[in-house]
Amino acid sequence: MKLFDCPVIGRRPISEFDYFGEVRRPPVQADGSVAPDVWSDFVFNRAGAPGVLREWWYHRPTGRWYVMERDTLKDEVLRFIDIQEVRYELPA
Amino acid sequence: MPWRLLKYGLQSGHHEPRFFPESKPLKSHYDVVIIGGGGHGMACAYYLAKEHGITNVAVLEQGYIGGGNTGRNTTIVRSNYLTPEGVKFYDASVKLFEDLADDFDLNIFYSTRGHFTLAHTDSALRTMRWRAEVNKHYGIDSEVVDRQIIAQEVPYMDLDCAGHSPVMGALYHAPGAVARHDAVAWGYARGAYQRGVEIHQKTRVTAIRTQGGRVVGVDTDRGPIQCQKVISMVAGSTPRITEMLGLRTPIEIFPLQACVSEPVKPFMDTIVVSGSLHVYVSQSSRGELVMGASVDPSVLHSTRSSFDFVEGLADKMLDLFPFMSRMKVMRQWAGMSDITPDFAPIMGKTPVEGFYLDAGWGTWGFKATPISGKTMAWTVANDQMHELIQPFRYSRFADFDLVGEKGAASVGH
Repeated sequence: MKLFDCPVIGRRPISEFDYFGEVRRPPVQADGSVAPDVWSDFVFNRAGAPGVLREWWYHRPTGRWYVMERDTLKDEVLRFIDIQEVRYELPA
Repeated sequence: MPWRLLKYGLQSGHHEPRFFPESKPLKSHYDVVIIGGGGHGMACAYYLAKEHGITNVAVLEQGYIGGGNTGRNTTIVRSNYLTPEGVKFYDASVKLFEDLADDFDLNIFYSTRGHFTLAHTDSALRTMRWRAEVNKHYGIDSEVVDRQIIAQEVPYMDLDCAGHSPVMGALYHAPGAVARHDAVAWGYARGAYQRGVEIHQKTRVTAIRTQGGRVVGVDTDRGPIQCQKVISMVAGSTPRITEMLGLRTPIEIFPLQACVSEPVKPFMDTIVVSGSLHVYVSQSSRGELVMGASVDPSVLHSTRSSFDFVEGLADKMLDLFPFMSRMKVMRQWAGMSDITPDFAPIMGKTPVEGFYLDAGWGTWGFKATPISGKTMAWTVANDQMHELIQPFRYSRFADFDLVGEKGAASVGH
């Protein structure tokens, strides 16, 4: 069984986690002007090649969200990321 | 075949002509380079040579012929899809499959079985009715059947599913079939080879060279090649190829796992799929039960297989077929599925002139082998999108014009 070494709740089986994909920043503008091709690129396109991705994981039993940096070629979690690292401001 | 075998047994020196003699050195120029020597790549090379007279073609394969997803799928062929675009496309494929053995003069073990997609909920049954109506409209043999008929046709299945989620009905698709996937790739490859196509195994493409927005050649680990047309038919490796050109795609790679049981006497002559339980099973001509589930939950570029998969599969499979508790799993494996957001492929021309894409085959690629080869060959030969693949064009995402096939493709296989 695959295990995650979680800094908060310790070693847990991966089956307790749900996957929510890459952490991405929506192309929001203060004046709401986003070109259609920028939107479609954000909505559909993904970094599909092997590499290191920052991804959302949800731990069902505790209801907590995590961001992990993972090598998608080797399936190795490199580190858990502080949410502050990926936060961004929404335009007012 | 028995006479041929007898003659062969009686003659001295048993020489069987090789399907693929040793490959030659790479030439410096080809008219068309196909990346990927799986079923799709070989089919495309075959139809380019046979129907369009284009024979100065090289198929470059990083591993061996049919060693990727062509040899890892569960070999199901069907056309009972949900969208008109999908139904027309896969129906054309089933029709090609039915004549393929004659076309190749090679037994591809094509076996029409009948395909049950079980519905365990009202909403699943509603999707089945929808699919049946779309299918019938396009002349495809497809109907919703009740528990009684399922019990007659699959008598060894527990329709109450151990009480967890009783089967309410099913979508029945009589033309549903299985075939020997390796033979399909080999048949196409031999046909292409006989017509002059070069097949280069253990040849990896390292870069695609462009000039002024158009393809001028590829670099390989065996040296550079000049060419004006490159077709990428590499399924799970697609993002590695599109990355070479800086082409953005919605494709994400998820492993899809499958396994076979030990061989037993033939008892299962249908294909049984449950979308709600995420399992499907058929019995191969060798007697093994070929079983699979849905894709792994997270992105991964690897063909490793896991215990979690077998455990999860067995849990659901035993609900339907309790007697399987005494059977052993013989082999398990995984393939890399290139999943798109709408569960439909991405085919044809791209913004890079001379670069053609045949990708996004996710968990539904094997059944499309003949028709994707044929339509891609037509598209490359005429430099114009074939009408059957127009809905699957690369630009449909930018146009917000998707082909919503999830209801029929996600687990159905």
